[in-house]
Amino acid sequence: MSEYEVVIGLEIHAELLTKSKIFCGCTTEFGGEPNSHCCPICLGLPGALPVLNEKAVEYAIKAGLALNCQIPGYSKFDRKNYFYPDLPKAYQISQFDLPVCVQGRVDYELEEMQQSTGITRVHMEEEAGKSVHSGDNILGSDFSLMDYNRTGIPLIEIVTEPDLRSAAEAKAFLEQLKSILQYIKVSDCKMEEGSLRCDANVSLRLKGTKEFGTKVEIKNLNSFRAVERVLEYEIRRQRQVYEQGGSIVQETRTWDDSRMITVSMRSKEESHDYRYFPEPDLVPLEIDLNWVRSLKEGLPELPLAKKHRLMEQYDLSSMDADQLTTDQEMASYFERTVASYTNGKVVSNWLTGDFSRLLNTSGLEISKVKVTPQQLAELLRLIDEGIISGKQGKDVLTEMFCSGTAPEQIIKDKGFEQISDSKALEQISADIIAANPQIVQRYQDGEDRLLGFFVGQVMKETKGKANPGLVNALLREKLKATDS
Amino acid sequence: MELFQRTATELQKMLACSQVTSEQIVQAFINRIEAEDSQMRAYLTITAKEALGAAQASDLRRKQGQPLSKWDGVPIAVKDNMSTKNVRTTCGSKMLEEYIPPYDATVIGRIKNAGMPILGKTNMDEFAMGSSTENSAFAKTHNPVNLQKVPGGSSGGSAAAVAGFEAPWSLGSDTGGSIRQPASFCGVVGLKPTYGLVSRYGLVAYASSLDQIGPIGHRVQDVAALLQLIAGHDYKDSTSVTVSVPDYQASLVADVSGLRIGIAKEFFSEGLNNQVKSAVMRAVQNLSQAGAEVVDVSLPLTDYAIETYYLIATAEASANLARYDGVRYGLRVAGDDSVAMFKHTRAEGFGTEVKRRIMLGTYALSAGYYDAYYKKAQQVRTLIRREFEQAFTQVDVIITPTTPTTAFGFGEKKDPLEMYLSDIYTVTPNLAGVPGLSMPCGVDSNNLPIGVQMIATHFSEPVLLRTAFALEQIQRKGEFNE
Ligand SMILES: [Zn+2]
Repeated sequence: MSEYEVVIGLEIHAELLTKSKIFCGCTTEFGGEPNSHCCPICLGLPGALPVLNEKAVEYAIKAGLALNCQIPGYSKFDRKNYFYPDLPKAYQISQFDLPVCVQGRVDYELEEMQQSTGITRVHMEEEAGKSVHSGDNILGSDFSLMDYNRTGIPLIEIVTEPDLRSAAEAKAFLEQLKSILQYIKVSDCKMEEGSLRCDANVSLRLKGTKEFGTKVEIKNLNSFRAVERVLEYEIRRQRQVYEQGGSIVQETRTWDDSRMITVSMRSKEESHDYRYFPEPDLVPLEIDLNWVRSLKEGLPELPLAKKHRLMEQYDLSSMDADQLTTDQEMASYFERTVASYTNGKVVSNWLTGDFSRLLNTSGLEISKVKVTPQQLAELLRLIDEGIISGKQGKDVLTEMFCSGTAPEQIIKDKGFEQISDSKALEQISADIIAANPQIVQRYQDGEDRLLGFFVGQVMKETKGKANPGLVNALLREKLKATDS
Repeated sequence: MELFQRTATELQKMLACSQVTSEQIVQAFINRIEAEDSQMRAYLTITAKEALGAAQASDLRRKQGQPLSKWDGVPIAVKDNMSTKNVRTTCGSKMLEEYIPPYDATVIGRIKNAGMPILGKTNMDEFAMGSSTENSAFAKTHNPVNLQKVPGGSSGGSAAAVAGFEAPWSLGSDTGGSIRQPASFCGVVGLKPTYGLVSRYGLVAYASSLDQIGPIGHRVQDVAALLQLIAGHDYKDSTSVTVSVPDYQASLVADVSGLRIGIAKEFFSEGLNNQVKSAVMRAVQNLSQAGAEVVDVSLPLTDYAIETYYLIATAEASANLARYDGVRYGLRVAGDDSVAMFKHTRAEGFGTEVKRRIMLGTYALSAGYYDAYYKKAQQVRTLIRREFEQAFTQVDVIITPTTPTTAFGFGEKKDPLEMYLSDIYTVTPNLAGVPGLSMPCGVDSNNLPIGVQMIATHFSEPVLLRTAFALEQIQRKGEFNE
């Protein structure tokens, strides 16, 4: 059954986080009244001309550098002609044969295995607008409404080599890519808002053959889960076709969410002829390689490198390090915490454990969390010093999460303070021992597990505030003492 | 002499000496337009109210001693493919009959900032595609010299408005001869500047890599002054060049001694009318007698210019005109659904010639044809440019006829190819990106004006203006060498 090899290549569109659009001064802010973030240029009014936003070039090059691409000194824009009313000029300014970044590579890990996927190119282009049809699509709708607020948002399109061999690999690659783009702050990569989109080319070939099989393009894989699920479906479908002696047709398919299958959108014959030609309204892009060098030097540590460093430096497991470094905000939170509290392993346990649980249940982004890294470090120190127990620490953290109050304050307010005063505990223990002579006897006769009874009693008496370690030691000592 | 018969430069002097007010000037032109334009049809939109308002404002500034631009109060006409805020900009097309732009083209902004009243928007071939202004969806402009003849095109309205004294000067646009050819037909001076010298921001695109806005006037000094006003870098047009703009008035020196004039036999080949040929040669001889040196140059690639031009121009046009779909602005013709609406809008909105060029260009860019047509044309274009650069190492100015014939009659050129050939001498400067000027150099036996074209290398407008000014001085002294 497994004589087929899967070949997947991805095309990813990411919106860049520039303040203004790629060819005009309009804001890129999300939302806004329909058609309120528009001007003659992004509306393609007769006579208006594009002017390239330098920041968009900077972000595209940064992305290319982070994906280990070469940055050619010369690049140009082209018109990609296709007609749809959400594209006001009826052509998209894009890059055809001379993209801004070429020949890169993304390294990532899948189940602890090193993987590497080639990047063919990264090119710049402009976003189209949004259309809402009264019916299912533009054909047969009574009316369609257009919103051009998104028109002209800068995009990069990242094209991979056909290097991916499974749906899981494609997903892991995409997660790494998202992580990288977020680390360098060029895109927020929100698939649910459409600021990151993915199309895939999928084909199968007999293991050992060099030629590629007929590929099928799958459009609109609009979540990480969808990427894996849809690709798995399509692989299965193609394998079935081959196994039944059929052949795959070159076509574009799309995922039908209700039926959970891919369906044909258009055949190769119906595919667009984009009639690319050089954009005469823009001059070619001559890129200063010194500038590129300085952008490269300014890149932050990237997720995989950070992961390996944290594993080494703090003796973390691969899984924990992954969880800490996938999101740049989390990684930064970790590093700011360990700056005040040096035991990285403990910090990691808390962040990947309770802290992440609180994040998930609250639905907060890490940047919106009220607990500062310094406060978290302080909490961990209080636990180390025995002021509170680890168990109490969890409650304190929950409270810190809700109110943003400093841990010491919560401990005081809630009376969480642990009784570590051995004089006080000694008295309580002595009283309990004195009140339960039969149980003391049984313990002394060898029923060790009865120690728990005495610990429980002390805890009950102290309303759980007693330092459990101290109580354990004290009781052991005292119960022995009665014996003598 | 009537006010409307004055050149722009004369009107400027009269204003400066308070011999006349801007309002009087504008009123004189409006009266003239009202009297003549129903016959001539130079204008598509007459903005009398706005022009009078601007004139009064200018007069007030002058009266109150406020800062004035040199050309404050001198009115102008502009081709109807330049975006004018709150004034409809039709491009001579049904598609944009009702389109009112929300913004001013950069050149329009400059004219307004200079305090110049805009008399109106002039007629043109639809989307600047044509050589006779017969392709206007709204009216046929008549040549003021002979109303039975076309004024040329596509800036036929702008050339006719000046020649017919309905504006002292005007702006046109030139993609393959659209300023120079009508200037030649109407007997006025027209200049297509170096590509990138004048901002295209707000000029409704026909062929973006060829389009350039330029001045039309009665006299060389008017053209120089208007060029001065519109030339220079504009950040809104990425193809506008950051060169310092020279003082063009300073090049108006009637001295051509040492000037090297190139004559290329490729511009005097078959198809050239004999009377045109001899008038142009006479102009060359005049300049030669004034001290210029005449040198033979060879521009063999000129033979491929028309084909190259029509491939590139139509390819770009096919993309530039795809936006007119009835969705956002302009004409919308209803249909059963949106797709039917797009189809009806385009079928009714575009004229025959525009449709022809859209189809030609779409074809030239199509998969499987791109290499043979568009790409090949771009390669030839590069060679033409090099050939010109090579020629300009030997000469300062190349002199050619502007057109093979004088103005023709309405409906005379039925075959589109025949019409295209009337641009045969003017398209090469657009392909090479170099400046070209047309000025009158006599009349034929029917008293129709003949134009001589002067071409110089990139940003050598001063050389063109100096040569043209010298020839004009010779002509005015009546020193025609018969
Ligand atoms: Zn805009």
